[in-house]
Amino acid sequence: MKNNNNIPRRDFLFTGLLTAALGGCNDKKNPFAQDEVVLTGEKVKLLSVDGEVIEIDKAFLKPIPDVPHLTNAEEREGIPGKKFVMVIDLARCKNLRKCQSACNHMHQVHPGQNWIKVLGMEDADHTAPYWQPTTCMHCDEPPCVKVCPVDATFKRQDGIVLIDNERCIGCRFCMAACPYSARVFNWEETLMASQGGSEEHHHHNSGPTSVAHQVKGTVGKCDFCPEMTRQGELPHCVSACPNGVFMFGDLNEDTVTNGAETFRFSELIKDKAGYRLMEDLGTKPSVYYLPPVNRNFPYESGLEKETGDEK
Amino acid sequence: MSNLSTLTNGRRSAEQITGDLVPQPFGKRGMIWVSVLIVLCLIGAFAYFRQLQEGLVVTGMRDYVSWGIYISNFVFFVAISLVGSLITAIFRLANVEWSTPLTRIAEIIAVSAITFASLIIIVDMGRPERLYNLLLHGRLQSPITWDVIVITTYFFISLLLLYLPLLPDLKILNGQKTKNLPWQNKIYTFLGSFWKGSEEQFKISEKAISILCIMIIPVAFCIHTVTSWLFATTYRPGWDSTNFGAYFISGAFLVGSGGVIVAMYVFRKYYHLEKYITELHFEKMGRIAVMLSLIYLYFNVNEYLVPAFKMKKSEAAHLEELFTGEFSLMFWFAILVGMIIPIFVMLFKAGRKPFPMFIVGMMIVVGAWFKRYLIVTPTLLHPFLPMQNVPDNYMHYFPTWEEWAITIGSLAGALLIITFFVRIFPIIPIHETITEQHEKAEHISVSK
Ligand code: SF4
Ligand code: SF4
Ligand code: SF4
Repeated sequence: MKNNNNIPRRDFLFTGLLTAALGGCNDKKNPFAQDEVVLTGEKVKLLSVDGEVIEIDKAFLKPIPDVPHLTNAEEREGIPGKKFVMVIDLARCKNLRKCQSACNHMHQVHPGQNWIKVLGMEDADHTAPYWQPTTCMHCDEPPCVKVCPVDATFKRQDGIVLIDNERCIGCRFCMAACPYSARVFNWEETLMASQGGSEEHHHHNSGPTSVAHQVKGTVGKCDFCPEMTRQGELPHCVSACPNGVFMFGDLNEDTVTNGAETFRFSELIKDKAGYRLMEDLGTKPSVYYLPPVNRNFPYESGLEKETGDEK
Repeated sequence: MSNLSTLTNGRRSAEQITGDLVPQPFGKRGMIWVSVLIVLCLIGAFAYFRQLQEGLVVTGMRDYVSWGIYISNFVFFVAISLVGSLITAIFRLANVEWSTPLTRIAEIIAVSAITFASLIIIVDMGRPERLYNLLLHGRLQSPITWDVIVITTYFFISLLLLYLPLLPDLKILNGQKTKNLPWQNKIYTFLGSFWKGSEEQFKISEKAISILCIMIIPVAFCIHTVTSWLFATTYRPGWDSTNFGAYFISGAFLVGSGGVIVAMYVFRKYYHLEKYITELHFEKMGRIAVMLSLIYLYFNVNEYLVPAFKMKKSEAAHLEELFTGEFSLMFWFAILVGMIIPIFVMLFKAGRKPFPMFIVGMMIVVGAWFKRYLIVTPTLLHPFLPMQNVPDNYMHYFPTWEEWAITIGSLAGALLIITFFVRIFPIIPIHETITEQHEKAEHISVSK
C-alpha cells in the first residue's frame, strides 16, 4: 500500500530463505546462474536460514505470488471462518527449547528476549515439577486489548491477538495488563536494524503480520505466526518441536495437529482433561494445556538445558 | 501572638501591603537557586536526548519491570497537584477564610506539577512522536484515554483558577509601571490590561471562579482516581485493589498539603512575609495535615493489612518483599517518615510552629515520593508466572543515571516554574489581602 514499487520485506525474507536453501550459501554454485539475471548493483540484506544476514543483489529477488499483499485493514480483520487454538501437551515436553530457537530465529526476536518461554514450574513444595512452554494465550477477553489507548493491540476474527507496530505508542500499559507476562518490548534498535538492514526495509509491507516486523520503542509478542497460518501451514514452534508438544488448529473444524498426528480437538481435551491457565481471571485463553501425566520424559531430563543455557 | 499580628496587620495601609507583596528580584541566593535548577534541567534534557537516540534501553526497565520511576514520578506529580483543588476550592466552598494567602501557592504548585506530569508521561513513551495517535485512533475504553482527558481538563481549570484571581493584582501592578522592569510591564499589560476592575467585571470573575471551584473538585478526584486505575484495572498483586482510588486521593491530599507547607515556609522566610503567612497558618495547616495523614494511614492499613491477613499466594510474595524483603527499608521509611512521625510531631502544639512544620512537610513529600515508587515497581517484580528464560538484569530494577537525571530534572523544572512565577507575580494575592484588611478594620471599628 505504502511503497508499491518496492518488493515487500516479507518477500525479501522468503526469497532469501530460498536462496540459502538452494545454494546453501555457497558462493561457487550460484543457483540463479541459469536465470541470467542482470545485476542491478543494488544490494539488499537478507536473513539466511542459519540466522545470518547475507547480502545479495536486488535482481535476485522475486515476489512470491502465493503471499497475498494485504492492507493494514485486511490484516486486522483476520481470516474469516477460522478460530485458531493451540494445545500444549505438558507430558511430552523435556525443555528442549527448539520451539524457542525456531520462533526467535524466524521473528528475529532480540537476544535475551523470547516470545515463547519454557518455564520450569513447581506449583507447591510437594507437587511435581514440570516444563511449561508459554506463548501468548491469544485471550478471547484480552486484557491487553482492553487497555490499549490507540487500538495498536487488537483481536482478529480468527482469534489472533496482534500488534500494529506502526501505531503502537510504546506506553507499555498492555505489558502491565497481561497476566501471562507474554509481552516483550523493543527497548533498543531491533536485531534486523542493528545488523545493518534499515528499519525502513521492514516497513515496506507495513501490515501487522509482516515477518520479523519489529520496531524500536514498541511491544512485541507471540503472534501465532499469521503469515504461516494464512498459507495453511503450522506456526514455527509447532513444526520445530521434535516431541510433538504443540498442536495447532482450528476450533471451528475441531482439529488440531502437530504435523505428525492429528486429533479431534474436543476429544483430545476431553480424554486428557485439558485446561487453560488462570481460568479464574476470565481472560479465556486460546491456548490449552494437557496435564503432565504419563510423561514421555522425566522432569530432570530437561535440567541440562536449563543449566547450560542460563547466562 | 497570632492575634497580635492580625491586629497590626489590620492597621497596614493598602500601599504598605502592596509594597510588601509585589514580586522581588532574586537576591544572590535566589540566583544560585535558579542556576542550580537550570543546570539540573539541562542535565535531564541531555539524558532525554540520549534516551531518544538509543531508545528506552538506557533505562533500567526491562520486560518484567516495564514501568519504573518515570511512572512513579508521574503519579507523584499528579498527586501533589491535587492540593490546588483542596486549598482553592474545597476551602473556599467550606468558607475557610484564613486560606487566602495560601491559595495562589497551592494553585501554582498544581499547575507546575500537572505540567510536568504530562511531560514525564511523554518521556516514558517508547514512541513519543506518535502521540497524535491518541487523537487519530484513541479508544474510549482505555484508562489512558480517560487520564489524558481529565488531566487536560484539570490543567486548564487550574490555569484559570490561577489567572482569574490574578487579574485585580495585575491592575495594581499595572498601576505602578515605574517601579516595574520593562519586561514585567509587558507581561502585565499583555495579561491584564483589559481588566478595569469595574463592578461588572468583578461580578463575572467572581461567578466564574465559583463555578470553576465547584467544577475542579470532581475533576481533581477524577484525575487521581483514573491514575490509580492505570494500576487497579490490571490483575497484578498489589494493584488489583478496589481500595485504590480512595487510597490514591487521600495520599494525594497529604503530599499536596506537605508541599504547600514547605512552600509557605520558604516564601515566608525568603520574602519576609511573616505578617501575611502567620504562625496561625502553620497551626491550621498542621491540624489539617494530621487529619490527612490519619486518613491516609487508614487506607494504608486497608491496602496492606487486609491482603496480609489472607496471604494469597501471589500477594504473599509481594507483601513479604515489602515488609521484610528487598524493599523493606524503603517501605518502612515511607510509612514512618511519610506518615507516622509527622502525625506524632504535629499532634503537639510546638510541632505546628513554622520550623518543625517545614521539616515535617519535607518528610511528607520525600516519604510520598518513595511511596509512589513502592506502589509501582515491586508489584512488577512479582508476576503470576515465574520470571525465567530472561537475562539476569531483567529480574531486578534499579534506575539508571539517565532515569535519575530526567526525574530530578523534572522535579527541578517544576520548582523552576514556581520560582519564575514568584519572580513575576505576587505569590500572595494583593487585592484580596487588602480587601480582607478593610473588612477586618471595619469590623474592628464597628465592634469598638
Ligand atoms: S496472553 Fe497477554 S498478550 Fe496474549 S492476549 Fe492474553 S493478555 Fe494479551
Ligand atoms: S504499548 Fe503499544 S500496544 Fe501496548 S498498550 Fe501501549 S500503544 Fe497499545
Ligand atoms: S506461534 Fe509463532 S510466534 Fe507464537 S511462539 Fe510459536 S513460533 Fe513464536
